[in-house]
Amino acid sequence: MAGDKKLRIALAGKPNSGKSSLFNQLTGLNQKVGNFPGVTVEKRTGTFSINGTTADVMDLPGIYSLYARTLDEKIVAEIFGNHSSEFYPDEVVLIADATNLKNSFLLLTQLIDLGLPVVLALNMVDMAVKSGQSVDIKKLSFAFDVPVVMINARKGQGINELKDVLATRVNPSSRKIFSISEEVLPSVRQIKEHFKLRSDYEAYQFLQQTNSLTHLTADEKNYVHAIAKQIGFFPGKYQGAETIRRYEFIQDLLNQVIIKASNPGWKKSSHRIDKIITHKVWGYAIFFAMLFLIFQSIFAWAQVPMDLIDNGFAALSDWLDRSLPDGPLFDLISQGIIPGIGGIIIFIPQIAVLFAFISILEETGYMARVVFLMDKIMRRFGLNGKSVVPLMSGWACAIPAIMATRTIENWKDRLITIIVTPFMSCSARLPVFAILVALTIPDKMILGFINLQGLVMMGLYLLGFLAAIFSALLMKVLIKAKERSYLIMELPTYRMPMWKNVGLAIIDKTKAFVFDAGKVILAISIVLWVLASFGPGDRMNKAEETVIQQAQNERLTEQGLADRVAAYKLENSYAGVIGKFIEPVIRPLGYDWKIGIALITSFAAREVFVGTIATIYSLGSTEDPQPIRERLASEVNPETGGPRFTMAVGFSLLIFYTFAMQCMSTIAIVKRETGGWKWPLIQLGYMTGLAYLGAFIAYQFLS
Amino acid sequence: MLPGEVAVISGFMDDEISTKLLEMGFLPGSFVTYNFAAPLGDPICVTVSNLDLSLRIAEASTISILE
Repeated sequence: MAGDKKLRIALAGKPNSGKSSLFNQLTGLNQKVGNFPGVTVEKRTGTFSINGTTADVMDLPGIYSLYARTLDEKIVAEIFGNHSSEFYPDEVVLIADATNLKNSFLLLTQLIDLGLPVVLALNMVDMAVKSGQSVDIKKLSFAFDVPVVMINARKGQGINELKDVLATRVNPSSRKIFSISEEVLPSVRQIKEHFKLRSDYEAYQFLQQTNSLTHLTADEKNYVHAIAKQIGFFPGKYQGAETIRRYEFIQDLLNQVIIKASNPGWKKSSHRIDKIITHKVWGYAIFFAMLFLIFQSIFAWAQVPMDLIDNGFAALSDWLDRSLPDGPLFDLISQGIIPGIGGIIIFIPQIAVLFAFISILEETGYMARVVFLMDKIMRRFGLNGKSVVPLMSGWACAIPAIMATRTIENWKDRLITIIVTPFMSCSARLPVFAILVALTIPDKMILGFINLQGLVMMGLYLLGFLAAIFSALLMKVLIKAKERSYLIMELPTYRMPMWKNVGLAIIDKTKAFVFDAGKVILAISIVLWVLASFGPGDRMNKAEETVIQQAQNERLTEQGLADRVAAYKLENSYAGVIGKFIEPVIRPLGYDWKIGIALITSFAAREVFVGTIATIYSLGSTEDPQPIRERLASEVNPETGGPRFTMAVGFSLLIFYTFAMQCMSTIAIVKRETGGWKWPLIQLGYMTGLAYLGAFIAYQFLS
Repeated sequence: MLPGEVAVISGFMDDEISTKLLEMGFLPGSFVTYNFAAPLGDPICVTVSNLDLSLRIAEASTISILE
């Protein structure tokens, strides 16, 4: 093969076989993560060099068999079933877990029957040897007629040998392992002729899972369906029989190639750990301690670099503002683009820390136990054992939390988790809550030791949590699932995490966020900046004159005047116009147009609410919350003559911010994770609707 | 079955789920060990063909066994 076409290699194997470790060993940093077209299954591709030429390698989702039930499995079935697919591999590396050959070989026998050129990579041979089991490689290689390479994906051993074998361009195996039953064989041959397929088994797959193969046109599917109907073909029965036949073959083979029978006692230490980890009391205690640690680290430790980034970007924006000449383009850079980029970069510490933890939990095998512990509770609410970590992470920030839902294989469970996670009160709501609670709730003690303000704060967190689980319950009924939810999964043996995998996971997730969600965040920041900086007519330009005229009789300091100008400008900007425009809509909630402006600008991020309120009430700096509170407390409602921020308005706003999806970064990440605008828009509508309703009830009830 | 007990698999009662169970190694005639249940009673952990697996009670109850 000349260098005109790159060698395409696919990595296949069951989950926990070390596929990702091998992928990381082969590609190092030369990898990227994307989605398969049209679906949300993660596609990891990379490159490495063989004999000076580059090969593309793709890490396929971990599967046990070609028969597809989940999205992941359908992707693999489709890739191996479609020769014209851009992903169709030239060679397949099947990674087999040497401690559990039986399960690993099921897929291998299917790939051989498909006529694909396969290299068998035996991983974890050292562990198998420890358990008193060794394999006769020569016999194994002969029986399957495929090259066999022993590797240790964790330590990086055998990788060069594997590359050498791949460079020779292996041939498809000459073996046929499964013989298709006589009664369907004529039909299979007919399909093979019709579609010009390479092997009988490929045609058999067409018959077995016609609907999973998305590359077939409707006409082609009908053609296959007609044949299936003719012979009364029923996939379920045949698939079961095929699996049993394959396992019989594998068992016979293993009896020949395994030199010493395995000693089942080798898993004892793992079982001992399980006794504690899944214990009634200790299991949950360890789990909650772990959650607390994660929560603490995202909330507190990540705060240090986040503050640095925040201050750094504020200083940069300020410096540019002063050093660049005046003009809309320069303002766009210093007030729109730089803060917009800052708003993306600031999430990196939280994302990195959360994914360091999640990746360690997965690597060690603890994540599977979390699912095991929490599945029964979470399933009641339409969620999954794996929804726990994203939901709890949502208390820190919904963005890394939603990215963490990738560990949930079932699409419906994952979608529900994505939709309800933003209800968890994230750290950006905290400054908004702090100001509003301080403003409307008296600083009193109940029973002598409980602070009323603290109690309300806790209540808001609880309210968010309840909204999340009850929305999940609602979604469970509303969203129709295409796939059945299973919890048949391996509980892998405990082991030390592989730090290379942890590091690469952090880099992957951060890159995915910065480049995919970042684009949307930046775009919306610019739009919001335009809305707040430009206005209809020439009132914006005359802002300074007008304010000076109005304030003639007041003795304002230079700073006071500048603050007043900023407030006037905001009032007359497009954001101000929209604020006034939506006033009739938000009036039933107790808000005026000033609060309306804050609602619009805080769509960039909730904490912007505080800054906007400060600007609109001519307060300038937002560093110290004390003046904002005093200023807001003295704001008078012109209609009633009483204070603007009554208890009713305060509660109404608190409830609005608890429920509303006031965060464009979350919308951007949901769009990325669900692969389209459909779900983020539904979610935005649902959350805003609930926020409006809640705020309406609170205001009408209290005022 | 009680934790610690071993049984032989005889067949399946649900066609849809049986293929998945077969693929994971629940083969008729093979031994299955019930290790322990989650603290809330569901799901459970079993060992079959040298592999520790977790499955929900509803899934496990589609497997028929010879005692």
